[in-house]
Amino acid sequence: MAESKTPLLDELEKGPWPSFVADIKMAAKRKATTMDLLNVLELSYKEKIVHWKHGGIVGVMGYGGGVVGRYVDQPDKFPGVENFHTIRVNQPAGWYYSSTAMRTLCDIWDKHGSGMTNFHGSTGDIILLGTNTDALQPCFDDLSEAGFDLGGSGSALRTPSTCAGPGRCEWACYDNLQVCYDLTQKYQMELHRPMWPYKFKMKFSGCPNDCVASVARSDMAFIGTWRDAIRVDAAAVKAYAAGELKANGGAHEEHVKLDIQKDVVDLCPTQCMSWDGDKLSINNAECNRCMHCINCMPRALRPGADQGCTILLGAKAPILNGALMSSVIIPFMPREKMTPVSDELAEFIENTWEFWDENAKFRERIGEMIERIGLRVYLKGMGIKAIPQMVKEPRSNPYFFWWPEELGLESNEEEDDD
Amino acid sequence: MPTVSLGGKDLDIDEDGFIQDPEQWDEAVAADLAKTEGVDNLTDEHWVLINYLRNYYLKFGIAPMIRKVCKETKFDLKKIYELFPSGPAKGGCKVAGLPKPTGCV
Repeated sequence: MAESKTPLLDELEKGPWPSFVADIKMAAKRKATTMDLLNVLELSYKEKIVHWKHGGIVGVMGYGGGVVGRYVDQPDKFPGVENFHTIRVNQPAGWYYSSTAMRTLCDIWDKHGSGMTNFHGSTGDIILLGTNTDALQPCFDDLSEAGFDLGGSGSALRTPSTCAGPGRCEWACYDNLQVCYDLTQKYQMELHRPMWPYKFKMKFSGCPNDCVASVARSDMAFIGTWRDAIRVDAAAVKAYAAGELKANGGAHEEHVKLDIQKDVVDLCPTQCMSWDGDKLSINNAECNRCMHCINCMPRALRPGADQGCTILLGAKAPILNGALMSSVIIPFMPREKMTPVSDELAEFIENTWEFWDENAKFRERIGEMIERIGLRVYLKGMGIKAIPQMVKEPRSNPYFFWWPEELGLESNEEEDDD
Repeated sequence: MPTVSLGGKDLDIDEDGFIQDPEQWDEAVAADLAKTEGVDNLTDEHWVLINYLRNYYLKFGIAPMIRKVCKETKFDLKKIYELFPSGPAKGGCKVAGLPKPTGCV
């Protein structure tokens, strides 16, 4: 047997866990050129230098995004991956596929690319990994023919992404699958043709569990919530207390009897609950929708019935500069205003883009822009009133100051730029 | 780095087909570059966009942001994609002889 060309990477095949090295070797059996992907990584392990060049502009006709150009810096040594571009394909809302759709997609990718995929990338898209420049347009044409479309890349609206929602989950407080689909369709221009200072991400979670982590990684986060009281089935609470129902929907390996005082009430972050051994009381005005009690006792507790969503702005989870969490801008938009997409929702989104596009610096995310100019400047520009729900932490970093003119001073805002 | 014949000159291009020496650019080079981006005939409207990109680059050393391009040329983004179907960055900037725009694209 020939000596392995990738001794360092081969180490990663050992052990019981899945190995990307083994997977890529398997892919290389079908397309020999793919082996260069491991060869170039082996060299990087040896030299501790990345051999992928940054950027590259490739694409398909009519679109300014959807393909991420990838080139190796030593094409002579690694001809198999000389160009090894990534194609982003817009995933269905909530990632629901028929097996036929999966087969179609994989057949197209076997024909035009390496056959390797990421289901799914951190953007939420279907990621098709590795093809050459000449194959891009034919691949796109076949994808289109089969009913698929490219996702967003570059300084564009990135493919909107959402949790499983009402398709599989009883906690969805609005139809996040439909909103995600509707807004994806509505904003095709913004998705496919980059036009902004930088990327813009929208993610939709049906409830405050926020399974797509929208609060931490989307410029505009939509998180389901409710305005009234948590719905309580008192008999089911007692059944949990008696150990007749499994805690957390049976998520624990052993059948652990729920200790309502210790496991639920004592862990409530706002201490808005009490348990007298017979009856659970909730002070709903203090509830901050953390979902802990509902997660523990799904048969007994449910989100309230007056449902909608909170819209937040400004998160980013970048590799280079500091991460930002998002801030509340619209505390509650009733679910009826989400589907079908209301004028109020569309105006909020479009006005926000317009303000950001006009005021942001090159490659400045909206959260960074708001940090730089102050939330109040954004609010003033948008015509939104500052309200207590926007305050991130009480009595620190207040968002609102007096305007200079209100103190009889000359305004020096908004004059220094552009 | 590959060398190709554009507008009667032998020019170095990068892997995406952008010319490496902006000094070598002229109208004949632009016409040949346009053909690589699916534009066979450069109209007056194409030249409005090309000249704007070119002049902005010569003045500031970078490509302008899309918003500025739209404002200054009075073309909306749809129009720009009609002129250059591969978009303002891949199509427009390449034909205008700008170096490849950088960024997370």
